[in-house]
Amino acid sequence: MPKDHGIGASSKRREDIRFLTGRGAYTDDLAMQGQVHAVMVRANVAHGRIVSIDTSAAAAMPGVLAIFTGADFADVGGNPAGWLIHSRDGSPMREPKRPVLAHGKVRHVGDAYAAVVAETHEQARDAAEAVAAGTEIEELPAIVDMAGAVANADNRVHDEIPDNLCFDWGWIEANRDAVDAAMKAAPHVTTLELVNNRLVPNAMEPRASIGEFNPGTGDYKLTTTSQNPHLTKLLVCAFVLGIPEHKLTVVAPDVGGGFGSKIYHYGEEALVLAAAKKLGRPVRWTAERSESFLTDAHGRDHVTTIEVGATLDGEILAIRTNTLANVGAYLSNFSTATPTFLHGTLMAGPYKVPHVYVNLKAVFTNTAPVDAYRGAGRPEATYSLERAIDKMARELKLDPVAVRRKNLLTPDQFPYTTPVGLVYDVGNYQATLDKALDMADLAGFEARAAKSRAAGKLRGVGLSTWIEACGIAPSHLVGQLGSRVGLYDAATVRVSATGTIQVMTGAHSHGQGHETVFAQVVAEKLSIPEGAVEIVHGDTSKIPFGMGSYGSRSLAVCGSAMDRALDKIIAKGKKIAAHMLEAAEGDITFENGSFSVAGTDKAKSFGEIAFSAYVPHNYPLETLEPGLEETAFYDPNNFTYPAGAYLCEVEIDPDTGKVTICSFTCADDFGNVMNPMVVEGQVHGGVAQGIGQALVEHTAYDENGQLLTASYMDYTMPRADDVPFYQVDHSCATPCTHNPLGVKGCGEAGAIGSPPAVVNAVIDALHRAGMTHVTHIDMPLTPARVWGAMQA
Amino acid sequence: MYNFEFAKPATITDAVKALAAEDAQALGGGQTLLPTMKQRLASPATLVSLNAIPEMIGVCVNDKGEVCIGGATTHATVAQEARAHYPGLAALASQIGDPAVRNRGTIGGSLANNDPSACYPAAALGSGALIKTNSRDIAADAYFQGMFATALAPGEIITEVRFPVPQKSNYQKFVQPASRFALVGVFVAKYADGVRVAVTGASTDGVFRWAEAEAALSADFAKGAIDALSPPKGDMIADLHGSADYRAHLVKVMTGRAVAAAG
Repeated sequence: MPKDHGIGASSKRREDIRFLTGRGAYTDDLAMQGQVHAVMVRANVAHGRIVSIDTSAAAAMPGVLAIFTGADFADVGGNPAGWLIHSRDGSPMREPKRPVLAHGKVRHVGDAYAAVVAETHEQARDAAEAVAAGTEIEELPAIVDMAGAVANADNRVHDEIPDNLCFDWGWIEANRDAVDAAMKAAPHVTTLELVNNRLVPNAMEPRASIGEFNPGTGDYKLTTTSQNPHLTKLLVCAFVLGIPEHKLTVVAPDVGGGFGSKIYHYGEEALVLAAAKKLGRPVRWTAERSESFLTDAHGRDHVTTIEVGATLDGEILAIRTNTLANVGAYLSNFSTATPTFLHGTLMAGPYKVPHVYVNLKAVFTNTAPVDAYRGAGRPEATYSLERAIDKMARELKLDPVAVRRKNLLTPDQFPYTTPVGLVYDVGNYQATLDKALDMADLAGFEARAAKSRAAGKLRGVGLSTWIEACGIAPSHLVGQLGSRVGLYDAATVRVSATGTIQVMTGAHSHGQGHETVFAQVVAEKLSIPEGAVEIVHGDTSKIPFGMGSYGSRSLAVCGSAMDRALDKIIAKGKKIAAHMLEAAEGDITFENGSFSVAGTDKAKSFGEIAFSAYVPHNYPLETLEPGLEETAFYDPNNFTYPAGAYLCEVEIDPDTGKVTICSFTCADDFGNVMNPMVVEGQVHGGVAQGIGQALVEHTAYDENGQLLTASYMDYTMPRADDVPFYQVDHSCATPCTHNPLGVKGCGEAGAIGSPPAVVNAVIDALHRAGMTHVTHIDMPLTPARVWGAMQA
Repeated sequence: MYNFEFAKPATITDAVKALAAEDAQALGGGQTLLPTMKQRLASPATLVSLNAIPEMIGVCVNDKGEVCIGGATTHATVAQEARAHYPGLAALASQIGDPAVRNRGTIGGSLANNDPSACYPAAALGSGALIKTNSRDIAADAYFQGMFATALAPGEIITEVRFPVPQKSNYQKFVQPASRFALVGVFVAKYADGVRVAVTGASTDGVFRWAEAEAALSADFAKGAIDALSPPKGDMIADLHGSADYRAHLVKVMTGRAVAAAG
């Protein structure tokens, strides 16, 4: 009988009541008294020098209240990168200032160089057109192609950076010689060049911000679409506008998806705050979908050559990768961490590989900034590795399943220190592989392939055995690696006099279901109804602190903080109970929601203890403060390492090249699972995004830096009929060894493990049909690309 | 969107009058025009809605057995009401866009816009339809004049489209994955006096008839009849979603499938 309550129950998502009935309150839903409207004036060329901006015509237009240009922010700070990466030669990365509004130059189509605030949105829009008409921009040659950017020293995205190179990173540089030697000595070397295609994040809710300023108190408030309001607050205060931290509240109300793109602080947030200060009125801005396409931080965009050295029977001896990673026109907050420490550190995969070396050059181009997008670095690593291993197996005429089995770490090898700097604490990769093969009925594949052939279709099967590092992150470790912030999290548990509970979490839910799942954990721990627990998030005035939600960290890090705070609540409850029951504190036990004296029937319920804490008539006031509220900060001592095996079966229509996904099977190890339904939902969504990347999502700039796929007319999102009914399992659980809940995180797994499984399946189908010349097709595997590859 | 005046005449005469105003623009279902206006890429001074003119709405069959469709009839209505009379046409209408598009978009609007990837031009050209306007009748063969270009004069309104009903017909659409417009769509219609094959989505000249396939299929209406043909020549569209060769190839594939499906 499955549980219907607490940890392990598939409790229905309580937030869906408001989300599905139109009662959510997103930033753009919030109307403010006296509000005015900001519209950004954006570059329509990718690269240009701003010669002049004449705002006089716009300023005279009806309703216009203020016009800002880059000059207005020339003296304030810039939006910084959160990680300092050092190049192989020890030099620090090149870090150009990212201003609130572009000043001097515009560096990508959509780069905002001015903003207009007016009484109505339409007035602001009209005036923004007038500002654009009054602006002269001398167009410069656009830098779009990464190889060209590095090679062309004269054409620079940032005038002070001669080769458009942000950094040239080696991981681990000390491994380099040994890897070169091992590669040279390897009986077989597989080489694969591949592109990890750039993706537009496409959150359902576009970015939006409202700035408020109270001239009477000097307080600012920013309501914004953020995955981590505290980080936004820190960046705005400490780096960009210099507002004292105690004078700014940041609220992220209901947020309709982010996938990484709403981790970062964007210039519009600073603009609405500065405008609110100037005008003394609330200033709001909401992105149009076109602005989302042009200015949300994009994802991926790597060009990689991977080499795998192996024995003739498929034992991996060495892995070497060379990658160009596009950071776009400016450094977004996590943009330097994503291609490095979230990517290079995963290049050993779930395998026992003696030698690994990663070289990655981050390149500035006249394109939208690139940063973490669901999976963030780990999908890029997994894709390179899983595609290359499949190719290696094919070249050596070995079974791809057997090759993986040969190289996977075994349960007795944990904890395992990889050659790229991580210590995997626990796992059982054979178990998830076996489970996936069994669920997908790999044994029955040939019969299904014969049926497909009879219908004129080509069938193939592809595997990916993946691992990720998430639960981001141990501060002591990331500090050594260049992070400029700590990556702990915090929670406050507030028990009311009547025994109900509010938990203020630093984690921010923007679709994940925290309000349900965190309440389940509290309910389990205290043996109280889930309905007596409320999760509060997204408001810096209510929450002690937090680093937000990304990197599959919410439950592993913030959930652990909450667990610690609950421990403190129970410990205090024991003290109160000891007093009320006239027993020694050490004799009090807490079980099933009751504080009792061990070995007796003397007991007080959780509710009675809570009441006593707030009505302390019979209470140890001389030694204990009244009230029942505890805060804990939790800093993990390692990443968590979810892992799994994904199997994808496809059919190709040889006449058109169209790929249909027949089945997709996921066997994941997420450690302990708090809510199976929510976990399944996370996997479904992640795999849908992975299938999107593999088959349909394509971000294309032309040679002038114009985004060709700037709307849904040309940018394809996966739709219901593009994805199959998934088979998802998470029974092969090896609980995380270092956090109290034993959880690993599940939010990104689907997007990490799935793209190589899909591409491997397509290549397999073509090979089975005799088209062995097709060794690789770059994503997305659109019908045109697959058909084109078949013709070659 | 910029501000505009809005007129909703109840007769064709009044609509024509309203369209004579400066920068007036006819509004069918608005499925192309409204997004364009929202992006501020179009700024008509007056929108003249054609959706409240009773004589321009509905599906019927005339004495000659032709299916007559009012210019302001929605795709959803055609899908429903033409099914018994011209199933190939109704099926095409039922696959345009999504339900929201089909409930707003109109046949007159689609044909007047003549998007090179739209479905209706293939049906009209493939059926040898007659396009009736407020001032004249235009044969489909003379009506389509390239991408977004038609024989319509400024202010001229498509009031009705008359489709001769073929013995057999079918439309096969291979969708552009993002927009789900036709990357290539082929409408095949077998009439007593021959077969017509009209192709949308593929050519830089907009919808066109594939003469070689028409000849081969008129001789033998079977999928195999086009096997020996080379894909059609001419300037095929090459873009992100497919090369010219790919589109030309798809024309042949979709033609074969349409013949097979037509039975």
